[in-house]
Amino acid sequence: MKNNKPNRGLALMQRLALAPYSVWSVLFIVVPLLFIAYYAFTDSAFHFTTDNITRFFTATSEVADGDGVKLVRTYLVIFWRSLRLAVISTLICLVLGYPFAYLISRAKPKTQGILITLIMIPMWMNFLIRTYAWMTILQDTGILNGLLGLVHLGRVHIIGTESAVVIGMVYDYFPYMILPIYSVMTKMDVRLIEAAHDLGCSGAGVLRRVIWPLSLPGVISGITMVLIPSISTFYISQKLGNGKFYLIGDAIESQYVANNLHFAAAIAFILMVILLISMAFMQRAANKRASV
Amino acid sequence: MKPISKVYTALIMIFLFAPIAILLMFSFNGTKSLSVFSGFSLHWYQELFRDEETLGAVKNTLILAVSASLISTVMGTAAAVGMDKLKRRYLRAAMDVVTNIPMINPDIITGISLMLMFVFVGRFFGAATSLNFGTMLIAHITFCLPYVILQVLPKIQQMDRSLPEAAMDLGCTPLRAFFKVEVPEIFPGIITGLIMAFTLSLDDFVISYFTTGNGFQTLPIRIYNMTKKTVTPKMYALATIIFFVILILLLLSNVFDANTAQTIKEAREKKKAKSKEV
Repeated sequence: MKNNKPNRGLALMQRLALAPYSVWSVLFIVVPLLFIAYYAFTDSAFHFTTDNITRFFTATSEVADGDGVKLVRTYLVIFWRSLRLAVISTLICLVLGYPFAYLISRAKPKTQGILITLIMIPMWMNFLIRTYAWMTILQDTGILNGLLGLVHLGRVHIIGTESAVVIGMVYDYFPYMILPIYSVMTKMDVRLIEAAHDLGCSGAGVLRRVIWPLSLPGVISGITMVLIPSISTFYISQKLGNGKFYLIGDAIESQYVANNLHFAAAIAFILMVILLISMAFMQRAANKRASV
Repeated sequence: MKPISKVYTALIMIFLFAPIAILLMFSFNGTKSLSVFSGFSLHWYQELFRDEETLGAVKNTLILAVSASLISTVMGTAAAVGMDKLKRRYLRAAMDVVTNIPMINPDIITGISLMLMFVFVGRFFGAATSLNFGTMLIAHITFCLPYVILQVLPKIQQMDRSLPEAAMDLGCTPLRAFFKVEVPEIFPGIITGLIMAFTLSLDDFVISYFTTGNGFQTLPIRIYNMTKKTVTPKMYALATIIFFVILILLLLSNVFDANTAQTIKEAREKKKAKSKEV
């Protein structure tokens, strides 16, 4: 039997339960974000200015270019590089991870459990150490070159190149791609796939018309979970890129270290706005696909 | 699995575990080298246990992770209970959006945003340095909370609503009904949330990096400082120990999960059997 009388004690208790978190989330989630905007649009005396934002788009620096020096827009170059490397890493994770997630989801339940645990174990290892370990593998005198030398395959120079940074990103964020795709695939109705096969759909057709659309929510969340940390990382590029490949995260960090808090805030603000806009677009695209 | 799938799985596993295997191996290296192995030795483990700074960082990390995970679990569970009952739709939507922010935002932005606020408030009160253990604790609670809520809220939604109602109809006070009926039902969610918060706090580097001060060093920050200079296998010895501790925790939590699932199942079956007898 349902209690129809309004229970005042209960209502009060429920409201009280939410109170600490409401206050906390406003104070420590919402207000700090406003502080980013506030610092981004003020100078060191806290007077309004758009200089920090303009600096991001106009600051130039000289770069060696074949036989001379070339003037480039410093932060736009950095931003473009971060975006490019993050997109490449995300695509590699997707291409490697999607079939693997599918494989796991079709295995026996016990094998599934083991494989998922195995994928998660490296995640529990501190990411600084993981990244550093890759540095010792990829170094010119490192383990990879040692192994290649043993089988007389010559040497490769990877450390300090963009490839090394991409390897680091793929390694560090690979599980974030697999887990959401896997979890969507296990919930997929197997009968739909069987039905498609029975109705004469080819293997590739089933993949394109049934499995892929059904797994799209997992793919979208996998892409976000890899893209966002790789676009904003600042350790991987320092260690594996030998500091030669400044990324947007490095730019924020170095401004913080130099105590230029207002400019650091401006870069963070721009990054945040761009990410918000692109995520809104991706969500819309996903919703459109889903409704078709 | 088909042979080709097996090969693919093996290749992925080699990629995932190669760095870890190398790290475990070189922690036992006889020399300083991280790429040439020259004999087994426990030298770096001895070095590690003599390193006061690292041991201090371990202590700091544990204090921080225990306090942050306990506080965020209590606050987050209460929040989930309240959010579940929010009737006004726009309020609920607003809470969902705010809760998602720390999970979607890059860590560097969460870190910078909190740091800016702490520095500003500190300056306002005339403090020279405003970053310390307290600011770091606040930051850790903040990024742990959404994960706790995310674990607990679905459990509340799956719960049989008539249970707490029945308890109250039978004369239980709302508070008692909550602790005696609701909490046991959502307990697996609370524990998963607690474990998640604990490990997230333990492993966080980026947000800690921006919100720490006054020489308060956690393990990830200590590791960061170690990798700025030439690294010795001592760091790998540290990593190896962390690896095995986490592995054991993971296995224990799996056992615990299986156990709670089993107990709940048994309790349900008993209940069913009883109701049939009646």
